[in-house]
Amino acid sequence: MDSSRLIAQEQAQLKQAVADAVSMATKLGADQAEVAVSRQTGISVNTRMTEVENIEFNHDGALGISVYVDGRKGNSSTSDISQESIARAVQAAIEIAKHTSQDPFSGLADPELLERAPQDLDLFHPASLDPDEGLSIAKACEEIALNADSRIVNSDGASYSSHLGIKVYGNSHDYVQSYLTSRHSLSCVLIAQQGDEMQRDYSYTMARNSADLWQPEQVAKEAIERSVARLGARKIDTCSCPVLFSADSAVSLFGHLVNAISGGSLYRQSSFLLERLNTQVFPPWFNISERPHILGGLASSPYDAEGVKTQDRDIILNGDLNSYLLTSYSGRKLGMPTTGHAGGIHNWFVNSNHGDLQDMLRQLGTGLYVTELMGQGVNAVSGDYSRGAAGFWVENGEIAFPVHEVTIASNLKDMFMGIQAVGSDVDLRSSLRTGSVLIDNMKVAGS
Amino acid sequence: MSFETVCQHILAPTELNSDKLESVLASMYQHELDYADLFFQSSRHESWVLEDGIVKEGSFNIEKGVGVRAISGEKTGFAYSDQLSMAALQQAANAARGIAGAGQNGKIKILTPKPAPLIYPELDPLACLEKEAKISLLKQVDAYARSLDPAVTQVIVSMAAVYEEMLVAASDGTFASDIRPLIRFNCSVLAEKNGRRERGSSGGGGRHSMAYFTEQVEGQQRAFGYAKEAVRQALVNLEAIDAPAGAMPVVLGAGWPGVLLHEAVGHGLEGDFNRKGASAFSGRVGEKVASEHCTIVDDGTLANRRGSVTVDDEGTPGQYTVLIENGILKGYMQDKLNARLMGVAPTGNGRRESYAHLPMPRMTNTYMLAGQYEHDELIASVKKGIYAPNFGGGQVDITSGKFVFSASEAYLIEDGKVTAPIKGATLIGNGPEAMSKVSMVANNLALDAGVGVCGKDGQSVPVGVGQPSLKLDEMTIGGTN
Repeated sequence: MDSSRLIAQEQAQLKQAVADAVSMATKLGADQAEVAVSRQTGISVNTRMTEVENIEFNHDGALGISVYVDGRKGNSSTSDISQESIARAVQAAIEIAKHTSQDPFSGLADPELLERAPQDLDLFHPASLDPDEGLSIAKACEEIALNADSRIVNSDGASYSSHLGIKVYGNSHDYVQSYLTSRHSLSCVLIAQQGDEMQRDYSYTMARNSADLWQPEQVAKEAIERSVARLGARKIDTCSCPVLFSADSAVSLFGHLVNAISGGSLYRQSSFLLERLNTQVFPPWFNISERPHILGGLASSPYDAEGVKTQDRDIILNGDLNSYLLTSYSGRKLGMPTTGHAGGIHNWFVNSNHGDLQDMLRQLGTGLYVTELMGQGVNAVSGDYSRGAAGFWVENGEIAFPVHEVTIASNLKDMFMGIQAVGSDVDLRSSLRTGSVLIDNMKVAGS
Repeated sequence: MSFETVCQHILAPTELNSDKLESVLASMYQHELDYADLFFQSSRHESWVLEDGIVKEGSFNIEKGVGVRAISGEKTGFAYSDQLSMAALQQAANAARGIAGAGQNGKIKILTPKPAPLIYPELDPLACLEKEAKISLLKQVDAYARSLDPAVTQVIVSMAAVYEEMLVAASDGTFASDIRPLIRFNCSVLAEKNGRRERGSSGGGGRHSMAYFTEQVEGQQRAFGYAKEAVRQALVNLEAIDAPAGAMPVVLGAGWPGVLLHEAVGHGLEGDFNRKGASAFSGRVGEKVASEHCTIVDDGTLANRRGSVTVDDEGTPGQYTVLIENGILKGYMQDKLNARLMGVAPTGNGRRESYAHLPMPRMTNTYMLAGQYEHDELIASVKKGIYAPNFGGGQVDITSGKFVFSASEAYLIEDGKVTAPIKGATLIGNGPEAMSKVSMVANNLALDAGVGVCGKDGQSVPVGVGQPSLKLDEMTIGGTN
């Protein structure tokens, strides 16, 4: 069967279902209504020790409805998108809205902000959904991984997945828009052993277009390198030292920034960056920009979850916090316009001011190079930061030995201001693109 | 009773019945399978959120569908549908059975319902309290939280109720159902003093009627107790000083700090990881993996508990499983697949987030049995260390055994006395090593209040944790001082 044609057919049905649900809601007394569906179809397959382990056929996605009756909001959702179920869900949302309170800030995005002619962002590249093809890719990856290094003794499997998505959003400003997406990925988790010690690590590749995925060899190679490099890990003595976050672990640092400057955290007074708009939060050379319309980008979208047109934006400009991340609701609460961030951020780019990893290790000099973080120990209100970490002890710019079972602690305000360098070793797999990040000083707790 | 009710609700509106389910399973067995099952689920979820003193959000969600699984050796084929019809079921069955080649290798057993004893009421918590009464309770709790201290500046109160019915039919003759009510109440506050802001939060729930939240506990309705506790924690945290950094003795409080066991031991004892030899506990049954003070169980049979299951999602009755007895590893938690491959019996731990997810070995309520000591004796035995009565979440690398959990309320212990509150910090350790350092276990076993959610492979399921107060001779504390 031609999956593209089936998807197109389903897209037309879903657009109709969304439009019907919106008009049903307004007929039943809603002043405003909005309806969203995000539906995925695809396969997830995996092998373990080169044998087939699982084949899953996925087809998911609920339809969600919000109605506004006299300033009161009601939500509902249904996984079954038959006409009767949608009718019941609309009624349920209206029933809920009879019991919520009037909220002067609630309601749809202002109509003039809606994207009514979205650009095609090249997000849809369907690939074969034949599980056998996925299995042969996963198997190839594992075969290479298990035969390349005698210390790789076990595998937690290789997975391949391929999913096609339909996003539809509509509201009672006479608005229905939709676009198609695709996402393909390959990952592999390996276990390395030396004596009694076992260490696991992984690698992955993900792309809108399966042609952009790494070859299985590259995934296997990275998974081997990462697992084997951990062997012989030890604790270090408690100390204060500079910390270099690898590119993939540095992504989480800016994830904490996202949380701190999101409208919901700000109007709830639950952020360590309250009242900091247009003030210095990072060193003066530091910049983060957002580019929602990158063709084929993993976090590209022409409009946000409220239909608001997305646009290029400087988030951090010369070290200053240049923009909050607002939705219509949080914007109204704060007396500011929405920034098109309903549903989250789009592609972020953290500028680099240094060279590759070797250069960054030299910049680190002697200190901790962190490649993995564990746990949730971040206090969003105060910025206090304390997380489990693993990585390598570095002496004079050279990796000395692997480290595990330590924590790193500081406060995010100090960590952001203490960024000394951002490497050019950008992890291109993430929609939040950064190189490795060097922070001047943190407390490392060990033995 | 529940079985007929669930069949009536799930199968009757479709053209499906037990004969048709058998015929679908039989058609799957035209391929060389070891096992096949059909998992039907229908759930309704209602939630309310009060914030800024107004009822800001309310939602009602309906989920319904069937998952079809086929197993051949170590291979699993899986497909699902949100349509409950013979055509959709057969289509999913055809996709799932493709994991194995054609060729009859056995017959399915006749589907036979076997009632399991009820451990929670078969009620619909959404219906047992009028919406007006739910809203009124939220508003009262909000007003109460604000009245407790002028430092309280923000209050978020939320309430959620789920009514779920499941029905599983399997090639081994299993034909089982469960009605699973689940409720939860939370209060989170922000307190502000001298330019400093801190959060506190508390909540609870379980497999109860909503009346649970208005029952009298210690002189007030239970929901008000959550508000009181949230405010208390926020006020404590406003006074917290920097936490120390380094290795030192730690006393963990009773109840929710049982997250320690969930991370340090629980995940590492799930059957799938051990069958694959991927866990730090693999191949160690019969060995000493913890100090002799530690007896740890997984217990799906506790009445009304959040993690309890009358039957698991494969139809195996919930069980009391001893994982570690006086420090010796006794066994793992199993679902049917891993039990069969390891040559042991399933333990009622086969759980899944929904019909659209594959079951895996998962914990239910995991806790340590009580010891001999008084709580105060543990504190008195520490010269310089940490007392941690409350925790946030945790995480574990089951292969290396490294685990973390973060204290949300903690204090210094100095010369055998609890002194200043310290800021939240992450504690890190190695599972088997940390458990060998448990040197004192108190007599105050408590289970958590009923808010636990466990994530594994992208699937969330409700769980319980518990423990008496216990002392670890050494753990690494991730403070800044």
